[in-house]
Formats: sequence, structure tokens, C-alpha cells
Amino acid sequence: MLESILIAGFGGQGVLSTGQLLAYSGMLENKYVAWIPSYGPEMRGGTANCGVTVSDTPISSPVVSEPTVLIAMNRPSLEKFESCVSPAGIIMVNSSLIDIKVQREDVRTIYVPANDLAEEMGNGKVANNIILGSLIEMTGVVSLDMVVESLKKVLPPRRHNLIDINREALEKGMQLAKNAGEKTSNVS
Amino acid sequence: MEKVFTRPNSLKDIPMHYCPGCTHGIIHRLVAEAIDELDVVDRAIGVAPVGCSVFTYQYFDFDMYQGSHGRAPAVATGIKRVVPDGVVFTYQGDGDLAAIGTAEIVHAAARGEKITVIFVNNAIYAMTGGQMAPTTLMGQKTTTTPFGREANSNGFPIRMSEMLSTLDGASYVSRVSVHDPKNINKAKKSIKKAFEMQIAGAGFTMVEVLSSCPTNWGMSPKEAVKWVESDMIPYYPLGEFKVPSEV
Amino acid sequence: MAKILMKGNEAIGEGAVRAGCRYFFGYPITPQSELPHYLAKRLPEADGVYLQSESETSAINMVYGAAGAGARVMTSSSGPGISLMQEGISYIAGAELPCVIVNMMRGGPGLGNIAPAQSDYLQAVKGGGHGDYRVICFAPASVQEIIDFMKDAFELADKYFNPVMLLADGILGQMMEPVELGEEETVQIPDRAWAANGMRGREKKNIINSLYIVPEDMEVHNHKLTKKYAEITENEQRWEEYRVEDAEMVLVAFGTSARIAKAVVDRARDEGLRVGLIRPILVWPFPVKAFEKVIPHAEQFLTVEMNMGQMVEDVRLAVAGRRPVHFTGRPGGMLPVASDVFQEVKKLMSGGAK
Repeated sequence: MLESILIAGFGGQGVLSTGQLLAYSGMLENKYVAWIPSYGPEMRGGTANCGVTVSDTPISSPVVSEPTVLIAMNRPSLEKFESCVSPAGIIMVNSSLIDIKVQREDVRTIYVPANDLAEEMGNGKVANNIILGSLIEMTGVVSLDMVVESLKKVLPPRRHNLIDINREALEKGMQLAKNAGEKTSNVS
Repeated sequence: MEKVFTRPNSLKDIPMHYCPGCTHGIIHRLVAEAIDELDVVDRAIGVAPVGCSVFTYQYFDFDMYQGSHGRAPAVATGIKRVVPDGVVFTYQGDGDLAAIGTAEIVHAAARGEKITVIFVNNAIYAMTGGQMAPTTLMGQKTTTTPFGREANSNGFPIRMSEMLSTLDGASYVSRVSVHDPKNINKAKKSIKKAFEMQIAGAGFTMVEVLSSCPTNWGMSPKEAVKWVESDMIPYYPLGEFKVPSEV
Repeated sequence: MAKILMKGNEAIGEGAVRAGCRYFFGYPITPQSELPHYLAKRLPEADGVYLQSESETSAINMVYGAAGAGARVMTSSSGPGISLMQEGISYIAGAELPCVIVNMMRGGPGLGNIAPAQSDYLQAVKGGGHGDYRVICFAPASVQEIIDFMKDAFELADKYFNPVMLLADGILGQMMEPVELGEEETVQIPDRAWAANGMRGREKKNIINSLYIVPEDMEVHNHKLTKKYAEITENEQRWEEYRVEDAEMVLVAFGTSARIAKAVVDRARDEGLRVGLIRPILVWPFPVKAFEKVIPHAEQFLTVEMNMGQMVEDVRLAVAGRRPVHFTGRPGGMLPVASDVFQEVKKLMSGGAK
């Protein structure tokens, strides 16, 4: 198993920390992981993306140039990175903020209205973890329990009250991917 | 017969390379006397960067550093941070301190670095052949101001002591001269005071010493010390510009 | 002991503290900022000194002073700042003081940019400043290596009385990987009888100096340094060999580009191509011994760098005309892409470049 995951969005969307959470979870599962950020010129409001590699074997290159998974949190990210996803890879689209469709037909695509679902849950900040839930459902790159375990380590103790809602968000994303998978199982 | 005047212990008994009539030797002696009298030769550490005083590490009989041009205050900062009980000083010329090393001296002073700076101002680059220095006086002829320094192309001399005394980090800043015995005695007191303050834990201390350079000024030693009095002191007034506030 | 996830820049800081370094002098520059941020917190905890200097010029001279006074000391910068430090590094080499200098390379020349590059290889391994000297130079390729090499770097600096550089790029600085820190050991710093830190009863004064005004004396000092560099070259070559045993094509790369090259080797092997990698772990001294081992079966070499071809010069010196040595690279903060490098490998192996 080797997944190289590119997470891209606006600065301030939590793209980098979501990537770190994923890397942390992989590490707790004793997998090989690497996390690489790429900032736009502005720390906030500009584009931000990070590459996360999770693998059963030592990681040769931590550079994510042909991701197996693209998580596009905003439209510019989808437009910029759609073409570099490896064939038979996965493109995850935050359809709350992206009103266009994926053009490629050689990848699996899932549309997750992450911000809308997060608002419904009463906390806009869990949008990333809804998508992360879909990711772990579709790839099995890490387990739900390990992500929750990682949250306990990554979040400062005063924020541990947020663990439950984040778990719910992850589960919501998983369910969504499961349903989508049933509906579009013949889409390669 | 009782000896009433001897070489300070912390000055080595070897020939110095300075030109006849140069007052570096006197200033070395004053520093060595202060170190001796304060009984700190065992923890004295000096830094002499590039300039006529570059060989100073040979003359003082305690731990010494030769540093790069202008950077002695940075070198001394590194030393003092590692050896907080060291009595650390730099011995810098005017080109070194007031031109290439302005950033280092200003920031060492601003940080209140607990070092003492002996700043020898002879209004010229001596070692490299008598070029204009940042402290060269208006009208003064040097090898790079052959018609005399003039404002239009050369700007104005810098009064470092006055400048540095404006900084909060500076604890003691004075200007002295060694052109006659009376002033040599005053200079000695000021240098000793600066070291005493450092030993007592005060921040940045500096003594600017007006010095003569007969060779590059094109004067006899006697004319040179007269010129210090007649031409340098009016532009570079002697005195204490920053003194510790009395408790 | 449990692994933790750590950024390369922070790993440098933690590695340094664990290696007994207690003094850091530096000036802000991207992309190494996480290191000073980390040490500004960590050093005071360890009774050390973190000092932000007024310039890189000052920083390296503070290092000179602190090293001369016997401290384990380091500084860090990137491209333009390292250029400003070169005069001071030359003094440190001349005065034979131990210290560690980190260069988190970025795109150049000039202001260039802040993206990861390997643009300062030649500056790092050929001396860098004025005069005739060399700097021992580590080129880590992972966050774990950074942690491990910091200790080695300080130890080699002490062993040879020489500045040691850690040459990395923005990717390594920013990348997070799991690291095993191990138990924090008590560090034994070798005796510093030579240090100029006050005589304190010592009979003779110590002098920290790089001035030899008499040419005969300077020549003697140059010979002494050269002898030391020869000894380092003989004893300290370090490299990693990856699948080179039967390789017909040997890639040569360091740091981040070696990670990319490794992926290329794997891909080539999957397709049955005999490709391997030599990764210099120290880029000075350059691991010429590694090349003697592979020359019998290697038909050609391909150097992969994040610049326009710098280490390739050393590879050519090591190969000494016996085999063709090719180059591929991306400069300016762009990264070589594994699939592009693989295409180059295939082209060369099918005789495309003959």
C-alpha cells in the first residue's frame, strides 16, 4: 500500500493540519509517513497545499508529484491539480465550494458538500474531517480509530471536547463514501 | 633602588610594530594597567580586529582573539555569552568601528552587551596607507582626499561616542585623549572605570581615545600631538557622554 | 521509544541540543525559520543562549567568538545569508575552530526565491569563502538523518577542529516525518584546553587567530590544513548505496533529489532495468570510494540535482573519464519529477544519448 495524497485549498481552511492529522494517524499505525507543505505567498487567503505519503514500505520520494488521491477543498485547487492525479486515482471534491465537475474519466471521483454538512452539524470547522472520513473509507489508508486517537494527541487538552464532533464528522464522511460507492460502483 | 615605574604585567616585553610617535603603545599600556590593577588578568579576554592594532594579540599577556574587520563587537558578544564572568573587551580603530563595523557596534551597544570597547580614533586609515576614515576631519588631506575632505563628495565625520550614548543599552560612553600626560591620566581613569563597570555587571561600555598618527598625517610626533589638541578635540570634544545614573 | 512526527527544521534544533549545543546565533531568513523559532524556546530550557543577531555577518562572528571560547555552537541560514557568512567561515576554518553551520538552500542566484533548491552545492564543498580551505559537509535526506547527523556534525567539528555544514533544502526543512529521538544522553564534550576563555591559572595565554603575516608561516599553516583535509578525505567518506550491486546505470544524487532518484530506481527495477543509486551522505569529502566499487559494472552515470549541474563536476572527477556522466535537474525551486527522470534513464539506457 502506498498512497500519496495531495490536499489543497485556501490558506486558513486547515489543509495543512488535516494533512498532519493523516500523517500522524499513519505513524501510529506503524506505517511510513511523510508530510510536505507548500505555501502560497500569503499565509492566509492564498493557496495552501500539502502532500502526505502513507506507505507499508520505506518512502523513497516524499514529494507528491503524481498523487493517488487529490482532495480539492476549493475550485482553484481542482483546476490546478486535476491533471496530475495518477490514472485510477481518486479526486475528492468539496462540492460546497466547487461548482464545476471533474473532467477526467480515468479516476474515481467523489463530491462531498463538506462545508454544508459541517454547518448542519453545527461546526463549520469539521468540514475537513468529513472529507477525511470519505478518504479513509475509500482507501483504507488509516483506520477511523487511529484518526480519533491522533486527534487526542494533536489537539491540546483544552480542545478535547471537540473530539466527539470530529468523530461524528469522520463517520459522516465514511457513510457518504459508502453510499456513493454503492451508487457509482461501476464508475472506474 | 625602588622601582617606581614598570611595564604592566599583562603587557608582554616584546617590541611593538607601531610607528614612532604613534599613541597605540600608550593606549595598550593604559588597558594593561587597568587589567592589572583590577586584578582580572586571569579572566581578561581581548578582541582586536583588522587595523593597525591587528597584532595586539601578541602584546597583551592574556587570552586574545584576532577578529575580522569591523566584527569585534560580534566576536566579543559570542565570547561574553559563553564566558559571562570574563572581562571581555574589543580594541578597534575608527575605520573598523565607525565604517565597516557600524552595524556591529550599534547593535552590541543596543543589546547592552556586557563588554568594553576601546575605540582608537586617529582620523585616518593608517594600516592600509592613510586613506580617508569616517572620522577624518573636514579639510584633512589623506591619500584618498588629496585636496582635503570636503562635504560635497565625502560627507561629514562621525561622532560615534555622541551617537552611541543615545542608546539605552549603553551604560558608559566617554571620549578621552592621550596627547599629554594630564590627559593620559584622565584616559587611564576612564578606561579603568569602564572595566570596573563591566565587572560590576553593567551593560555596554566604551572609551573613545583620540590618537595621533604622525606617519599618515605627514607630521612629526610633536606636531601630531599638537594637532590632536588644536584640530581634533574641537570637533571631538572630550568628556563623558553617558554615565551611570547615581543610585 | 515512541516515534514522534517532526519537521526537519525542528529536528535540526532538537538534534543540536541533544548533541550538547547550547549556543545559537542567527538572523531570520526563509526557509529555515522553524529552526530559530524552535531554539528560541528550547535553548533557554536547556540553560543555553539563543541570540538573534543584527546580520548573518554578525551571527557567524558571534559563532567565531563562542567557538573560540570553547562552546558547542551553531548558526543557520539560507543562500544569501550563507554568502554573507563566508568571510567568517573562512576565519573559522583558518583559526581551526569547531562549529556547525546549517544551510537550508533555496533558489538563486541573487535574491532568487524561497523554494527548495540545491543551488549552493559548489559554494559548500569548494570552500565558499576566500582562501584555501574546506568545510565538512553533511547532506541529510530524511528527518531522522537530520537528528542523527547533528551529533555526528558536532563530533566531526571537534575531532578535526573544522567548521561543519549541514546542507539541506527547503523540503527537508519543512517536511514532517516520524523520528525516533531515543533517550537524551549526557554529552561529553572534549577537553577545551585550547579555548581562549580567560587564563584562570593557565600558564600561557591562548590565542584565536588566522593571521600569518610571514609568508613562510602561512605556507606552513596551509600545509597543515591540507594534511588535515587529506586525512578527512581518507577517513570520513560516507554514502548510501541503493541497489547498485549489478547496476548498469548508476544515479547519483544527494538530499531531496536522492529521495526522488530512489523512487526512479524502484520504478526502473520494476521494469527489469539494472539501475542503482549512490547517495553521498557527506558531499565533502566526496565519496569517491563509492565509485571505484561500481565502475566495473556501471556503464554510465546520471546525476540528479535541484540545480543546473553542480555535483556532477565531482562525479566526473570521481569517474575520471572512464564512463559517461550525464546530468538532469530542475533549478529555481522546481523539483525533478520521478517520471521525467525515469524517461531520461530509459532514453540513456537504450543508447539515446550515445
